[in-house]
Amino acid sequence: MLHYLSAFASGLIFSIGLVISGMVNPAKVKNFLDLAGSWDPSLLFVMGGAIFITLPGYRLLSKSKAPWFANTFHWPTRQDIDAPLIKGAVFFGMGWALSGLCPGPALTVLPSAIPGVIGFVVMLIVGMIVAHHQQRLSA
Amino acid sequence: METDFTPIASFFGGMLIGASALLLMASHGRIAGISGIFSRWLNNQDSPTSTNSVFLIGLFLGLPLFSVISGTTPQIQSDSPFIVMMIAGLFVGYGTVSGNGCTSGHGVCGLSRLSIRSLVATGTFLVSGIVVMFLTRHVFQG
Repeated sequence: MLHYLSAFASGLIFSIGLVISGMVNPAKVKNFLDLAGSWDPSLLFVMGGAIFITLPGYRLLSKSKAPWFANTFHWPTRQDIDAPLIKGAVFFGMGWALSGLCPGPALTVLPSAIPGVIGFVVMLIVGMIVAHHQQRLSA
Repeated sequence: METDFTPIASFFGGMLIGASALLLMASHGRIAGISGIFSRWLNNQDSPTSTNSVFLIGLFLGLPLFSVISGTTPQIQSDSPFIVMMIAGLFVGYGTVSGNGCTSGHGVCGLSRLSIRSLVATGTFLVSGIVVMFLTRHVFQG
């Protein structure tokens, strides 16, 4: 039960954090990216606040042997800079600026049933499926 | 559209996001990257799927719960036309799977691990976003 409760709480705290930080508002994200216009640096403080917790927290966790409810820690191990990483980040940045949404805020705001957000999430799923297919073909 | 600079609320909200990421790593040993969790859930990949499902249920309940408890509705201002939102969704979906992460996976969790891949990815999507924003707001729309 605690197994599920911890994952549920993590998702819930994440989205409440997004709401309080203001990142569920696409206009704020767009203004963060608009250095030459109505710049709103709030997003820097969101990332700062998050890293302020996770950087020391991850350091402490990396010394322990196993997580509470799983056998191993799935720390990412890749170090290489490859073309899909760069290409993916370029596409992501384009979509992020066009909409003011990234996956976390988009899914958090989905219950508000704003048409543009629903359209965004539908095509987000399509884009993910396309990329998965491409990865399978090249693997 | 002007928005208010909210350093305190944003830093505090960011700390909650960090606490969530820490909880998911401590309990399940997983990176709290939303694009990764969502795409693996879609693909039924990288079990246990149940962990991803329960995380996503929690994520969906955050906004309704916040609205009920606080009695306020957070500002959500989206001025992009529907077709642009759809194109944007396609780019974000394709880009985050191809590039193995988004703002949370690379920008928060990856930078906290001092990962070189995440540093490069975060720098790249920031520059890409800033360039597109400049072009759409200051070059093509005056």
